[in-house]
Amino acid sequence: MVEKINLTCLGCPMGCPLQLSIVDGEIREVTGYECKRGVAYAKQEHTDPRRMVSTTVSCPAGLWPRLPVKTVDPVPKNRVPAVVQILHTLEVKAPIQMGQIILENVAGTGVTVIATRSLPEMPEND
Amino acid sequence: MKSPLQKTYDVVVVGGGPAGLAAALGARDAGAEDILIIDRETEAGGILNQCIHSGFGLHHFKEELTGPEYAERFIQSVLSRQVTILTNSYVMNIAPDLHIEVISGDYGHLEVQAKSVVLAMGCRERTRGAIRTPGFRPAGVMTAGLAQKMVNMKGLLPGRRIAILGSGDIGLIMARRLMLEGCEVVGVYELMPFSNGLTRNVVQCLDDFAIPLRLSTTVAFIHGRDRVQRLTMAPVDDQHMPILNQSWQVACDTLLLSIGLIPENELSTRLRLKMDPSTGGPQVTSTLETSLPGVFACGNVLHVHDLVDFVTEEALRAGRFAAEVAQGRRRPGDNISLQTGENIASCVPHSLSPDREQVIYLRVKRPLKDCVLTIGDRYEKVFRILIPSEMIRLTLGAEILDRYFGEHLKIEVRPREVA
Repeated sequence: MVEKINLTCLGCPMGCPLQLSIVDGEIREVTGYECKRGVAYAKQEHTDPRRMVSTTVSCPAGLWPRLPVKTVDPVPKNRVPAVVQILHTLEVKAPIQMGQIILENVAGTGVTVIATRSLPEMPEND
Repeated sequence: MKSPLQKTYDVVVVGGGPAGLAAALGARDAGAEDILIIDRETEAGGILNQCIHSGFGLHHFKEELTGPEYAERFIQSVLSRQVTILTNSYVMNIAPDLHIEVISGDYGHLEVQAKSVVLAMGCRERTRGAIRTPGFRPAGVMTAGLAQKMVNMKGLLPGRRIAILGSGDIGLIMARRLMLEGCEVVGVYELMPFSNGLTRNVVQCLDDFAIPLRLSTTVAFIHGRDRVQRLTMAPVDDQHMPILNQSWQVACDTLLLSIGLIPENELSTRLRLKMDPSTGGPQVTSTLETSLPGVFACGNVLHVHDLVDFVTEEALRAGRFAAEVAQGRRRPGDNISLQTGENIASCVPHSLSPDREQVIYLRVKRPLKDCVLTIGDRYEKVFRILIPSEMIRLTLGAEILDRYFGEHLKIEVRPREVA
Protein backbone atom coordinates (compact mmCIF):
# COMPACT_ATOMS: atom_id res chain seq x y z
CA MET A 1 0.00 0.00 0.00
CA VAL A 2 1.71 3.18 -1.23
CA GLU A 3 0.69 6.40 0.48
CA LYS A 4 1.32 9.72 -1.29
CA ILE A 5 2.10 12.89 0.65
CA ASN A 6 2.46 16.35 -0.90
CA LEU A 7 4.83 18.79 0.78
CA THR A 8 6.24 22.17 -0.14
CA CYS A 9 9.99 22.25 0.32
CA LEU A 10 10.98 25.00 2.76
CA GLY A 11 14.68 24.59 1.95
CA CYS A 12 14.83 27.85 0.01
CA PRO A 13 12.45 30.45 -1.44
CA MET A 14 11.90 28.30 -4.58
CA GLY A 15 9.37 26.23 -2.62
CA CYS A 16 9.46 23.11 -4.81
CA PRO A 17 6.30 20.99 -4.67
CA LEU A 18 7.47 17.60 -3.35
CA GLN A 19 5.64 14.31 -3.62
CA LEU A 20 6.57 11.56 -1.16
CA SER A 21 5.71 7.91 -1.70
CA ILE A 22 5.42 6.23 1.68
CA VAL A 23 5.40 2.47 2.23
CA ASP A 24 4.90 1.23 5.82
CA GLY A 25 5.79 4.69 7.16
CA GLU A 26 9.11 4.70 5.26
CA ILE A 27 9.89 7.08 2.40
CA ARG A 28 10.21 5.04 -0.79
CA GLU A 29 10.62 7.90 -3.25
CA VAL A 30 10.71 11.72 -3.39
CA THR A 31 9.91 13.59 -6.60
CA GLY A 32 9.43 17.21 -7.62
CA TYR A 33 12.62 18.72 -6.18
CA GLU A 34 15.06 20.90 -8.10
CA CYS A 35 18.04 20.43 -5.80
CA LYS A 36 19.32 17.96 -3.21
CA ARG A 37 17.93 20.05 -0.36
CA GLY A 38 14.50 18.78 -1.41
CA VAL A 39 15.24 15.15 -0.52
CA ALA A 40 16.79 16.09 2.81
CA TYR A 41 13.85 18.34 3.61
CA ALA A 42 11.30 15.62 2.76
CA LYS A 43 13.04 13.10 5.05
CA GLN A 44 13.35 15.58 7.89
CA GLU A 45 9.80 16.86 7.58
CA HIS A 46 8.36 13.35 7.45
CA THR A 47 10.25 12.01 10.46
CA ASP A 48 11.06 15.03 12.67
CA PRO A 49 9.67 18.38 11.45
CA ARG A 50 11.80 21.30 12.59
CA ARG A 51 11.71 25.07 12.17
CA MET A 52 14.13 27.94 12.61
CA VAL A 53 12.85 30.46 15.14
CA SER A 54 13.40 34.21 14.84
CA THR A 55 12.07 36.55 17.48
CA THR A 56 13.27 39.45 19.60
CA VAL A 57 14.41 39.89 23.20
CA SER A 58 14.17 42.99 25.35
CA CYS A 59 17.16 45.36 25.32
CA PRO A 60 16.00 48.44 27.23
CA ALA A 61 19.21 50.49 26.89
CA GLY A 62 19.75 49.63 23.21
CA LEU A 63 19.48 51.92 20.20
CA TRP A 64 16.24 50.00 19.66
CA PRO A 65 14.37 48.46 22.61
CA ARG A 66 14.25 45.02 20.92
CA LEU A 67 17.19 42.89 19.82
CA PRO A 68 16.47 40.40 17.01
CA VAL A 69 17.66 36.84 17.72
CA LYS A 70 17.50 33.44 16.04
CA THR A 71 18.11 29.79 16.77
CA VAL A 72 21.31 28.66 15.05
CA ASP A 73 19.69 25.34 14.16
CA PRO A 74 16.06 24.42 13.65
CA VAL A 75 14.14 23.27 16.73
CA PRO A 76 11.37 20.63 16.79
CA LYS A 77 8.24 22.22 15.36
CA ASN A 78 6.16 21.48 18.46
CA ARG A 79 8.76 23.22 20.67
CA VAL A 80 8.53 26.54 18.80
CA PRO A 81 5.95 28.10 21.19
CA ALA A 82 8.05 27.11 24.23
CA VAL A 83 11.20 28.60 22.67
CA VAL A 84 9.44 31.89 21.93
CA GLN A 85 7.94 32.04 25.41
CA ILE A 86 11.30 31.70 27.13
CA LEU A 87 12.92 34.31 24.89
CA HIS A 88 10.12 36.73 25.75
CA THR A 89 11.12 36.70 29.41
CA LEU A 90 14.76 37.48 28.59
CA GLU A 91 16.40 40.88 28.94
CA VAL A 92 19.88 41.68 27.59
CA LYS A 93 22.21 44.61 28.02
CA ALA A 94 23.56 46.75 25.17
CA PRO A 95 26.03 46.89 23.51
CA ILE A 96 25.50 43.59 21.70
CA GLN A 97 27.58 42.16 18.86
CA MET A 98 26.03 40.27 15.95
CA GLY A 99 26.46 36.53 16.53
CA GLN A 100 26.76 36.94 20.32
CA ILE A 101 25.26 34.00 22.22
CA ILE A 102 22.06 35.06 23.95
CA LEU A 103 20.94 31.69 25.36
CA GLU A 104 22.22 28.12 25.18
CA ASN A 105 20.04 25.01 25.10
CA VAL A 106 16.85 27.02 24.71
CA ALA A 107 13.81 25.20 26.17
CA GLY A 108 15.85 22.03 26.49
CA THR A 109 16.23 21.65 22.73
CA GLY A 110 20.03 21.76 22.83
CA VAL A 111 19.92 24.66 20.36
CA THR A 112 21.75 27.97 20.86
CA VAL A 113 20.14 31.37 20.33
CA ILE A 114 22.29 34.22 18.93
CA ALA A 115 21.85 37.93 18.25
CA THR A 116 21.24 38.68 14.57
CA ARG A 117 22.52 42.24 14.68
CA SER A 118 24.87 44.46 16.63
CA LEU A 119 23.00 46.84 18.87
CA PRO A 120 24.85 49.84 20.32
CA GLU A 121 23.66 51.66 23.40
CA MET A 122 21.13 54.41 22.88
CA PRO A 123 23.19 57.61 22.71
CA GLU A 124 22.51 59.99 25.61
CA ASN A 125 20.54 63.07 24.66
CA ASP A 126 22.46 66.24 25.39
CA MET B 1 27.93 71.41 12.78
CA LYS B 2 30.51 71.44 10.01
CA SER B 3 29.56 69.45 6.93
CA PRO B 4 31.27 66.05 6.85
CA LEU B 5 30.96 65.96 3.07
CA GLN B 6 33.22 66.77 0.16
CA LYS B 7 32.01 69.07 -2.58
CA THR B 8 32.13 66.43 -5.28
CA TYR B 9 31.64 62.65 -5.37
CA ASP B 10 32.16 60.19 -8.18
CA VAL B 11 29.00 58.31 -7.25
CA VAL B 12 26.19 59.43 -4.96
CA VAL B 13 23.75 56.67 -3.96
CA VAL B 14 20.30 57.73 -2.79
CA GLY B 15 19.11 55.21 -0.20
CA GLY B 16 21.11 52.97 2.15
CA GLY B 17 19.02 49.80 1.98
CA PRO B 18 20.24 46.60 0.31
CA ALA B 19 20.22 48.22 -3.13
CA GLY B 20 22.14 51.32 -2.07
CA LEU B 21 24.72 49.36 -0.09
CA ALA B 22 25.42 46.97 -2.97
CA ALA B 23 25.49 49.82 -5.50
CA ALA B 24 28.22 51.50 -3.44
CA LEU B 25 30.22 48.26 -3.37
CA GLY B 26 29.73 47.81 -7.11
CA ALA B 27 30.97 51.35 -7.68
CA ARG B 28 34.02 50.67 -5.51
CA ASP B 29 34.74 47.44 -7.42
CA ALA B 30 34.72 49.40 -10.67
CA GLY B 31 37.24 51.93 -9.34
CA ALA B 32 35.12 54.90 -8.27
CA GLU B 33 37.04 56.94 -5.72
CA ASP B 34 34.64 59.02 -3.65
CA ILE B 35 31.34 57.35 -2.93
CA LEU B 36 28.52 58.69 -0.76
CA ILE B 37 25.36 56.94 0.43
CA ILE B 38 22.55 59.15 1.72
CA ASP B 39 19.80 57.62 3.89
CA ARG B 40 16.94 59.20 5.77
CA GLU B 41 16.89 56.66 8.63
CA THR B 42 19.18 56.70 11.68
CA GLU B 43 21.08 53.69 10.34
CA ALA B 44 21.66 52.06 6.97
CA GLY B 45 20.16 48.67 6.10
CA GLY B 46 16.68 49.76 5.09
CA ILE B 47 13.74 47.45 5.60
CA LEU B 48 16.10 44.48 6.16
CA ASN B 49 16.54 45.72 9.73
CA GLN B 50 12.92 44.93 10.55
CA CYS B 51 12.80 41.62 8.61
CA ILE B 52 14.07 39.46 11.47
CA HIS B 53 13.00 36.16 9.86
CA SER B 54 15.47 34.09 7.89
CA GLY B 55 15.38 33.43 4.17
CA PHE B 56 17.85 36.01 2.90
CA GLY B 57 21.19 35.42 1.26
CA LEU B 58 20.87 31.91 -0.20
CA HIS B 59 22.04 33.14 -3.61
CA HIS B 60 24.55 35.79 -2.57
CA PHE B 61 26.08 34.32 0.60
CA LYS B 62 25.11 30.66 -0.02
CA GLU B 63 23.62 30.52 3.44
CA GLU B 64 20.30 31.47 4.96
CA LEU B 65 20.46 34.71 6.94
CA THR B 66 17.97 36.96 8.68
CA GLY B 67 17.40 40.48 7.36
CA PRO B 68 19.50 42.26 10.00
CA GLU B 69 22.42 39.86 9.41
CA TYR B 70 22.27 40.41 5.67
CA ALA B 71 22.22 44.18 6.21
CA GLU B 72 25.03 44.22 8.76
CA ARG B 73 27.37 42.19 6.55
CA PHE B 74 26.88 44.75 3.79
CA ILE B 75 27.19 47.76 6.09
CA GLN B 76 30.47 46.39 7.48
CA SER B 77 31.84 45.75 4.04
CA VAL B 78 30.77 49.20 2.78
CA LEU B 79 32.36 50.94 5.77
CA SER B 80 35.55 48.90 5.52
CA ARG B 81 35.91 50.13 1.96
CA GLN B 82 35.75 53.81 2.91
CA VAL B 83 32.32 54.59 1.57
CA THR B 84 30.73 57.54 3.40
CA ILE B 85 27.24 56.84 4.76
CA LEU B 86 25.27 59.96 5.67
CA THR B 87 22.24 58.97 7.76
CA ASN B 88 19.36 61.09 9.10
CA SER B 89 19.46 62.88 5.79
CA TYR B 90 16.92 63.40 3.09
CA VAL B 91 17.61 64.15 -0.56
CA MET B 92 15.38 67.10 -1.42
CA ASN B 93 16.25 67.45 -5.06
CA ILE B 94 18.53 66.18 -7.80
CA ALA B 95 19.10 68.69 -10.58
CA PRO B 96 19.62 67.42 -14.15
CA ASP B 97 23.31 68.38 -13.82
CA LEU B 98 23.46 65.99 -10.80
CA HIS B 99 23.77 68.74 -8.23
CA ILE B 100 22.11 67.31 -5.11
CA GLU B 101 20.39 69.14 -2.26
CA VAL B 102 20.17 67.37 1.08
CA ILE B 103 18.51 68.20 4.38
CA SER B 104 20.38 66.52 7.23
CA GLY B 105 19.16 66.16 10.77
CA ASP B 106 22.71 66.62 12.00
CA TYR B 107 24.20 69.16 9.58
CA GLY B 108 21.27 71.12 8.13
CA HIS B 109 21.25 72.04 4.46
CA LEU B 110 23.98 70.38 2.38
CA GLU B 111 24.83 70.38 -1.31
CA VAL B 112 27.00 67.98 -3.26
CA GLN B 113 27.88 67.52 -6.89
CA ALA B 114 27.81 63.97 -8.27
CA LYS B 115 29.46 62.65 -11.41
CA SER B 116 26.87 59.89 -11.45
CA VAL B 117 23.89 59.03 -9.28
CA VAL B 118 22.36 55.69 -8.32
CA LEU B 119 18.69 55.81 -7.33
CA ALA B 120 18.06 53.18 -4.65
CA MET B 121 15.12 54.60 -2.72
CA GLY B 122 13.22 51.33 -2.51
CA CYS B 123 9.47 51.20 -2.30
CA ARG B 124 6.66 51.86 0.14
CA GLU B 125 3.47 50.02 0.95
CA ARG B 126 0.09 50.68 -0.56
CA THR B 127 -2.36 51.91 2.05
CA ARG B 128 -6.11 51.77 2.59
CA GLY B 129 -6.56 54.81 0.36
CA ALA B 130 -5.16 52.90 -2.61
CA ILE B 131 -7.97 50.34 -2.53
CA ARG B 132 -10.68 52.68 -1.19
CA THR B 133 -12.11 50.28 1.37
CA PRO B 134 -15.48 51.60 2.59
CA GLY B 135 -16.25 52.09 6.26
CA PHE B 136 -15.26 54.15 9.28
CA ARG B 137 -11.74 55.41 9.85
CA PRO B 138 -10.86 53.97 13.25
CA ALA B 139 -7.44 53.31 14.73
CA GLY B 140 -6.14 49.82 14.05
CA VAL B 141 -5.86 49.92 10.25
CA MET B 142 -2.23 49.90 9.15
CA THR B 143 0.18 48.39 6.68
CA ALA B 144 1.83 45.08 7.51
CA GLY B 145 5.31 46.59 7.21
CA LEU B 146 4.50 49.28 9.75
CA ALA B 147 3.26 46.60 12.15
CA GLN B 148 6.50 44.72 11.49
CA LYS B 149 8.59 47.73 12.49
CA MET B 150 6.45 48.25 15.62
CA VAL B 151 6.76 44.63 16.73
CA ASN B 152 10.33 43.81 15.73
CA MET B 153 12.12 47.08 16.48
CA LYS B 154 10.02 49.04 18.94
CA GLY B 155 8.48 46.18 20.90
CA LEU B 156 4.90 47.39 20.42
CA LEU B 157 1.92 45.20 19.48
CA PRO B 158 -0.46 46.67 16.90
CA GLY B 159 -3.47 44.87 18.45
CA ARG B 160 -4.69 41.58 19.85
CA ARG B 161 -7.07 40.10 17.28
CA ILE B 162 -5.72 40.63 13.82
CA ALA B 163 -7.11 40.26 10.31
CA ILE B 164 -4.76 40.57 7.35
CA LEU B 165 -5.84 41.69 3.90
CA GLY B 166 -3.49 40.61 1.14
CA SER B 167 -1.36 37.52 0.97
CA GLY B 168 1.90 39.14 -0.06
CA ASP B 169 4.99 37.90 1.73
CA ILE B 170 4.96 40.70 4.32
CA GLY B 171 1.39 39.83 5.30
CA LEU B 172 2.22 36.12 5.59
CA ILE B 173 5.37 36.75 7.61
CA MET B 174 3.46 39.08 9.94
CA ALA B 175 0.70 36.49 10.46
CA ARG B 176 3.30 34.10 11.91
CA ARG B 177 5.12 36.82 13.79
CA LEU B 178 1.97 38.02 15.55
CA MET B 179 0.94 34.46 16.43
CA LEU B 180 4.35 33.99 18.06
CA GLU B 181 3.81 37.26 19.93
CA GLY B 182 0.61 35.90 21.41
CA CYS B 183 -1.92 37.64 19.15
CA GLU B 184 -4.78 35.84 17.51
CA VAL B 185 -4.69 36.03 13.71
CA VAL B 186 -8.26 35.42 12.54
CA GLY B 187 -7.42 35.02 8.88
CA VAL B 188 -5.55 36.18 5.80
CA TYR B 189 -7.80 37.36 2.98
CA GLU B 190 -6.73 37.68 -0.65
CA LEU B 191 -8.59 39.41 -3.46
CA MET B 192 -7.01 37.26 -6.18
CA PRO B 193 -7.83 33.58 -6.68
CA PHE B 194 -4.17 32.76 -5.82
CA SER B 195 -1.76 33.79 -3.08
CA ASN B 196 0.64 36.60 -3.89
CA GLY B 197 3.31 35.32 -1.55
CA LEU B 198 5.89 32.58 -1.93
CA THR B 199 4.37 29.13 -1.48
CA ARG B 200 6.85 28.37 1.26
CA ASN B 201 5.56 31.32 3.25
CA VAL B 202 1.98 30.09 2.92
CA VAL B 203 3.18 26.76 4.33
CA GLN B 204 5.48 27.90 7.14
CA CYS B 205 3.55 31.04 8.18
CA LEU B 206 -0.10 30.04 7.76
CA ASP B 207 -0.42 26.22 7.55
CA ASP B 208 1.98 25.69 10.48
CA PHE B 209 -0.24 27.86 12.69
CA ALA B 210 -3.61 26.79 11.23
CA ILE B 211 -4.33 30.35 10.07
CA PRO B 212 -7.02 30.25 7.37
CA LEU B 213 -6.25 31.74 3.93
CA ARG B 214 -9.38 32.85 2.08
CA LEU B 215 -8.85 33.52 -1.61
CA SER B 216 -11.11 35.69 -3.83
CA THR B 217 -12.19 37.59 -0.71
CA THR B 218 -11.98 41.22 0.34
CA VAL B 219 -12.92 43.62 3.13
CA ALA B 220 -16.26 45.21 2.18
CA PHE B 221 -16.62 47.48 5.25
CA ILE B 222 -14.57 48.51 8.27
CA HIS B 223 -16.66 48.94 11.45
CA GLY B 224 -15.76 50.78 14.68
CA ARG B 225 -15.66 54.49 15.44
CA ASP B 226 -12.54 54.79 17.62
CA ARG B 227 -10.98 51.36 17.20
CA VAL B 228 -11.61 48.63 14.62
CA GLN B 229 -14.38 46.39 16.01
CA ARG B 230 -15.25 44.15 13.12
CA LEU B 231 -15.01 43.75 9.37
CA THR B 232 -17.58 42.84 6.78
CA MET B 233 -15.86 40.29 4.54
CA ALA B 234 -17.21 39.32 1.14
CA PRO B 235 -16.26 36.98 -1.67
CA VAL B 236 -15.55 38.75 -4.97
CA ASP B 237 -16.80 38.07 -8.48
CA ASP B 238 -14.51 37.79 -11.49
CA GLN B 239 -14.49 41.60 -11.78
CA HIS B 240 -13.14 41.72 -8.17
CA MET B 241 -16.40 43.31 -6.95
CA PRO B 242 -17.65 42.16 -3.52
CA ILE B 243 -20.76 39.93 -3.56
CA LEU B 244 -22.48 41.58 -0.62
CA ASN B 245 -25.35 39.13 -0.19
CA GLN B 246 -22.75 36.44 0.64
CA SER B 247 -20.89 38.61 3.15
CA TRP B 248 -20.05 37.71 6.76
CA GLN B 249 -18.71 39.47 9.84
CA VAL B 250 -15.28 39.03 11.42
CA ALA B 251 -14.60 40.40 14.90
CA CYS B 252 -11.10 41.89 15.26
CA ASP B 253 -9.36 45.00 16.58
CA THR B 254 -6.72 45.37 13.87
CA LEU B 255 -6.61 45.18 10.08
CA LEU B 256 -3.18 44.82 8.51
CA LEU B 257 -2.82 45.60 4.83
CA SER B 258 -0.35 43.74 2.66
CA ILE B 259 -1.70 44.89 -0.65
CA GLY B 260 1.32 45.70 -2.72
CA LEU B 261 4.32 47.95 -2.94
CA ILE B 262 4.92 51.17 -4.85
CA PRO B 263 8.42 52.14 -5.98
CA GLU B 264 9.23 55.44 -4.33
CA ASN B 265 9.99 57.61 -7.35
CA GLU B 266 9.31 61.21 -6.34
CA LEU B 267 12.91 62.18 -7.12
CA SER B 268 12.74 60.30 -10.43
CA THR B 269 9.56 62.01 -11.57
CA ARG B 270 10.93 65.41 -10.56
CA LEU B 271 13.96 64.60 -12.73
CA ARG B 272 11.43 63.81 -15.50
CA LEU B 273 12.89 60.37 -16.05
CA LYS B 274 10.96 58.24 -18.51
CA MET B 275 8.88 55.89 -16.41
CA ASP B 276 7.40 52.43 -17.04
CA PRO B 277 3.79 52.29 -15.80
CA SER B 278 3.94 48.49 -15.51
CA THR B 279 6.81 48.48 -12.99
CA GLY B 280 6.19 51.93 -11.47
CA GLY B 281 9.91 52.59 -11.89
CA PRO B 282 12.12 54.34 -14.42
CA GLN B 283 12.86 52.90 -17.83
CA VAL B 284 16.43 51.66 -17.94
CA THR B 285 18.97 50.43 -20.45
CA SER B 286 20.88 47.17 -20.19
CA THR B 287 23.39 49.06 -17.99
CA LEU B 288 20.52 50.16 -15.68
CA GLU B 289 20.89 53.78 -16.78
CA THR B 290 17.70 55.85 -16.83
CA SER B 291 16.64 58.26 -19.56
CA LEU B 292 18.90 60.92 -17.97
CA PRO B 293 22.55 60.06 -18.69
CA GLY B 294 24.52 59.50 -15.48
CA VAL B 295 21.47 58.52 -13.42
CA PHE B 296 21.10 54.82 -12.68
CA ALA B 297 18.41 52.88 -10.81
CA CYS B 298 18.32 49.54 -9.03
CA GLY B 299 16.41 47.56 -6.43
CA ASN B 300 12.80 48.15 -5.53
CA VAL B 301 12.73 51.71 -6.82
CA LEU B 302 13.27 50.23 -10.29
CA HIS B 303 10.86 47.31 -9.93
CA VAL B 304 9.61 45.42 -6.89
CA HIS B 305 11.70 42.31 -6.26
CA ASP B 306 10.80 39.35 -4.08
CA LEU B 307 14.34 38.27 -3.21
CA VAL B 308 16.91 40.64 -1.74
CA ASP B 309 19.65 38.57 -3.35
CA PHE B 310 18.43 39.70 -6.76
CA VAL B 311 18.35 43.30 -5.50
CA THR B 312 21.98 42.94 -4.47
CA GLU B 313 23.02 41.49 -7.78
CA GLU B 314 21.19 44.17 -9.75
CA ALA B 315 22.58 46.95 -7.54
CA LEU B 316 26.17 45.68 -7.82
CA ARG B 317 25.80 45.99 -11.58
CA ALA B 318 24.18 49.44 -11.38
CA GLY B 319 27.00 50.63 -9.13
CA ARG B 320 29.65 49.32 -11.52
CA PHE B 321 28.09 51.01 -14.53
CA ALA B 322 27.62 54.25 -12.57
CA ALA B 323 31.31 54.21 -11.61
CA GLU B 324 32.32 53.68 -15.24
CA VAL B 325 30.32 56.73 -16.34
CA ALA B 326 31.71 58.79 -13.44
CA GLN B 327 35.21 57.96 -14.72
CA GLY B 328 34.32 58.98 -18.25
CA ARG B 329 34.08 55.45 -19.62
CA ARG B 330 30.88 54.86 -21.53
CA ARG B 331 29.93 51.57 -23.15
CA PRO B 332 28.21 51.54 -26.55
CA GLY B 333 24.53 52.38 -26.14
CA ASP B 334 21.66 49.95 -26.56
CA ASN B 335 20.14 49.60 -29.99
CA ILE B 336 17.42 47.00 -29.48
CA SER B 337 14.25 47.86 -27.60
CA LEU B 338 12.83 45.04 -25.48
CA GLN B 339 9.04 44.97 -25.56
CA THR B 340 6.58 43.02 -23.47
CA GLY B 341 4.18 40.68 -25.26
CA GLU B 342 1.64 38.07 -24.32
CA ASN B 343 1.30 37.18 -20.61
CA ILE B 344 4.16 39.44 -19.53
CA ALA B 345 3.23 41.89 -16.77
CA SER B 346 6.55 43.72 -16.65
CA CYS B 347 10.13 43.40 -17.74
CA VAL B 348 13.45 45.11 -16.90
CA PRO B 349 15.58 46.37 -18.66
CA HIS B 350 13.80 48.12 -21.48
CA SER B 351 16.53 47.83 -24.08
CA LEU B 352 19.45 45.56 -24.94
CA SER B 353 22.84 45.82 -26.57
CA PRO B 354 24.45 43.01 -28.56
CA ASP B 355 27.89 43.51 -27.01
CA ARG B 356 27.24 42.38 -23.44
CA GLU B 357 25.72 39.74 -21.25
CA GLN B 358 22.07 40.47 -20.56
CA VAL B 359 20.27 40.05 -17.27
CA ILE B 360 16.50 40.22 -17.69
CA TYR B 361 13.92 40.26 -14.90
CA LEU B 362 10.25 39.74 -15.63
CA ARG B 363 6.91 38.83 -14.14
CA VAL B 364 3.98 37.02 -15.74
CA LYS B 365 0.43 38.37 -15.59
CA ARG B 366 -1.25 35.19 -14.33
CA PRO B 367 -0.25 31.70 -13.17
CA LEU B 368 0.79 29.57 -16.15
CA LYS B 369 1.59 25.88 -16.40
CA ASP B 370 3.78 24.16 -18.94
CA CYS B 371 4.66 27.17 -21.04
CA VAL B 372 7.46 28.49 -23.16
CA LEU B 373 9.12 31.86 -22.82
CA THR B 374 10.49 33.41 -25.99
CA ILE B 375 12.54 36.51 -26.78
CA GLY B 376 11.85 37.10 -30.45
CA ASP B 377 13.40 34.21 -32.36
CA ARG B 378 16.64 34.43 -30.34
CA TYR B 379 15.83 32.55 -27.18
CA GLU B 380 13.36 30.12 -25.75
CA LYS B 381 13.00 28.34 -22.44
CA VAL B 382 10.35 25.94 -21.16
CA PHE B 383 8.86 26.44 -17.70
CA ARG B 384 6.81 23.92 -15.75
CA ILE B 385 5.07 26.60 -13.74
CA LEU B 386 5.19 30.41 -13.64
CA ILE B 387 3.37 32.57 -11.12
CA PRO B 388 3.11 36.36 -10.85
CA SER B 389 4.52 36.45 -7.31
CA GLU B 390 7.82 34.91 -8.36
CA MET B 391 10.03 37.06 -10.51
CA ILE B 392 11.85 35.29 -13.32
CA ARG B 393 15.51 36.10 -13.86
CA LEU B 394 17.30 35.24 -17.08
CA THR B 395 20.96 35.68 -17.88
CA LEU B 396 21.72 35.53 -21.54
CA GLY B 397 25.14 35.44 -23.13
CA ALA B 398 26.07 38.23 -25.54
CA GLU B 399 26.00 35.68 -28.37
CA ILE B 400 22.21 35.44 -28.48
CA LEU B 401 22.10 38.84 -30.16
CA ASP B 402 24.87 38.00 -32.66
CA ARG B 403 23.84 39.05 -36.11
CA TYR B 404 20.51 40.35 -34.91
CA PHE B 405 19.75 43.40 -37.02
CA GLY B 406 16.24 44.30 -35.83
CA GLU B 407 15.33 47.24 -33.67
CA HIS B 408 12.89 45.43 -31.39
CA LEU B 409 12.60 42.13 -29.61
CA LYS B 410 9.40 40.96 -27.99
CA ILE B 411 9.40 38.86 -24.84
CA GLU B 412 6.40 36.55 -24.46
CA VAL B 413 5.16 33.49 -22.62
CA ARG B 414 2.71 31.09 -24.24
CA PRO B 415 1.28 27.73 -23.26
CA ARG B 416 3.39 25.03 -24.86
CA GLU B 417 1.93 23.28 -27.86
CA VAL B 418 2.13 19.58 -27.28
CA ALA B 419 3.11 17.77 -30.45
